[in-house]
Amino acid sequence: MRRKFDMGKIVLSDHELALKSVHLRKKTLEAIYDAGAGHTGGGLSCLDILNVLYNRILNVSPETFSSTTRDRYVQSKGHSVEALYAVLADRGFFPEADLKTICHYQSHMVGHPTRHISGIEMNTGALGHGLPICIGMALAAKMDSAAYRVFTLLGDGELAEGSNWEAGLAAAHYKLDNLTAIIDHNTLQISGHTRDVMSNEPLDEKWRAFGWAVKVVNGHDYAVLTEALSQPAEIGKPTCIIANTTKGKGVSFMENVAKWHHGVPSDAELKQALSELDAAAAKLKEVA
Amino acid sequence: MFTPAAKAMAEKLGLKMGRANLEEFAATLEELAKANPNIIAVTSDSRGSGKLALFGKNLPKQLVEVGIAEQNLVGITAGLAACGKKSFGVSPGCFLTARSLEQIKNDICYSDVPAVLIGISSGVSYGALGTTHHSLHDLAVLRAINNITILVPADNFETREAICFAAKATKPVFVRFGKAAMFNLHEPETKFTVGKAIQLRDGNDVAFIATGETVVHALLATGKLAEQGLNCRVISLHSIKPLDTEVILKAGRECRAVITVEEHLVNGGLGEACASVLLQGGASKPFRIVGIPDEETVPGAQADIFRHYGISMEGLSETGLKLLK
Repeated sequence: MRRKFDMGKIVLSDHELALKSVHLRKKTLEAIYDAGAGHTGGGLSCLDILNVLYNRILNVSPETFSSTTRDRYVQSKGHSVEALYAVLADRGFFPEADLKTICHYQSHMVGHPTRHISGIEMNTGALGHGLPICIGMALAAKMDSAAYRVFTLLGDGELAEGSNWEAGLAAAHYKLDNLTAIIDHNTLQISGHTRDVMSNEPLDEKWRAFGWAVKVVNGHDYAVLTEALSQPAEIGKPTCIIANTTKGKGVSFMENVAKWHHGVPSDAELKQALSELDAAAAKLKEVA
Repeated sequence: MFTPAAKAMAEKLGLKMGRANLEEFAATLEELAKANPNIIAVTSDSRGSGKLALFGKNLPKQLVEVGIAEQNLVGITAGLAACGKKSFGVSPGCFLTARSLEQIKNDICYSDVPAVLIGISSGVSYGALGTTHHSLHDLAVLRAINNITILVPADNFETREAICFAAKATKPVFVRFGKAAMFNLHEPETKFTVGKAIQLRDGNDVAFIATGETVVHALLATGKLAEQGLNCRVISLHSIKPLDTEVILKAGRECRAVITVEEHLVNGGLGEACASVLLQGGASKPFRIVGIPDEETVPGAQADIFRHYGISMEGLSETGLKLLK
């Protein structure tokens, strides 16, 4: 299935997006390996979401990034920045070679998003900050009768930060249907299962009770994500997309293993991971 | 706030009572907002205590209420600023700069958005309500955060100027003041420049470098000391960051003693900032930091607390005399 989107420039099929995701997973892993630091598991879990956002949903590009009417994306789970950097480089916001400088001395590509990097809207990294910021952005859009939409990506472990729930009330109070919060629901955080660290289920019922329109989707299904993100779920309500994902997605020994939250692959592990991803790409090409 | 003797001295010095800096702020902001629809006030159930009820009534589309949620207040203020609004987050200083400190540091200062934060009823304005409601830490913590201008106006003139500056600023600004009526300290032609202190009185015996609502007490103390033949200097240091190092060093070099006065803990505020400047500048003179000591603050109203810790005409003149001995 080929889709054409508002940006007019990007025309990618689900199959092409799948291939791109494999490529971006490789770039993410190589960047973390080169940096000697990073957040591997969460980057891989949210990568398909970022791929869909930047290639199908967000009305933003390197050329339009200074436009006041661009869509805004704030990555609240800022630690998964390597995946975001990989997607932004792929979209042409900065040269792919810059990925080699992540966490290096005097490189602006620090281990969490900063506005020094083209494509980054706000500096994040401490958790529980993205949603309140996005409420301010969505309110500004409403005040200006502007059509742009505002998106944020939250980790499910991040939801233990109380500021998210302050913001949850405010977004519904102000009927911010131009705001979409995506929860990367991979059910793991640094210390283990979210249900063991601080249980937060049922997430869908909680957000509905706060007055949000909620959709629960497969966070690795491009068509489903596209459908969920293409427009607000309900007029007069903010949208919460609970994207069920797999931490470490795409690499067998990283999937659903908490230690890969910020694990850095060794030489052998990187080799194996890239080999698995190459095999996945080959399989996709065979299907095509 | 003032003893009968202090009131008599104020009269002798020709000082006229103005309104609370809080009221001056609210009137100024509303006036600016009427001319600039991009100015947005953000309140945390604080429009009453921020004297912004009228603002909300007259300009309802320019006020965002977030409820009792100060972290959210700062995040929303940052998001509005990032999208072209001139946002003013208005909340009691005690909550704004403690509960929301991480949001101030990251969402506003680190992200470098042109937001303004207004700490209302700061210092010990809510004195009798107890330590929960005191903000005696705000200058110290914000001084330790990069990329924020910190303004502490002494009277209505400085308040208005600070708010007008903040409304045009392209960088983060924090302004804090109290809710007691203040004497007007400045002549109409006075120039207000951020980063430049205002000298209210010249003299070379004791230099009082004061900030915010303590400035008037320093001025009254110099009046009392003048009766004893001492010529003392009073500097209103409204800009805590950037700091007017030149005027501080000049005072340290020209005066026999230096006293700093602030409505803040003696740790990390104006006094220690001046001490750093003086010491690094090689200007070593008898020196005292007058503020709230590092102890559980004595119960009482703002005026009681000021008097208890020597932030009064009587207390400051006595400290000056002791320092000159």
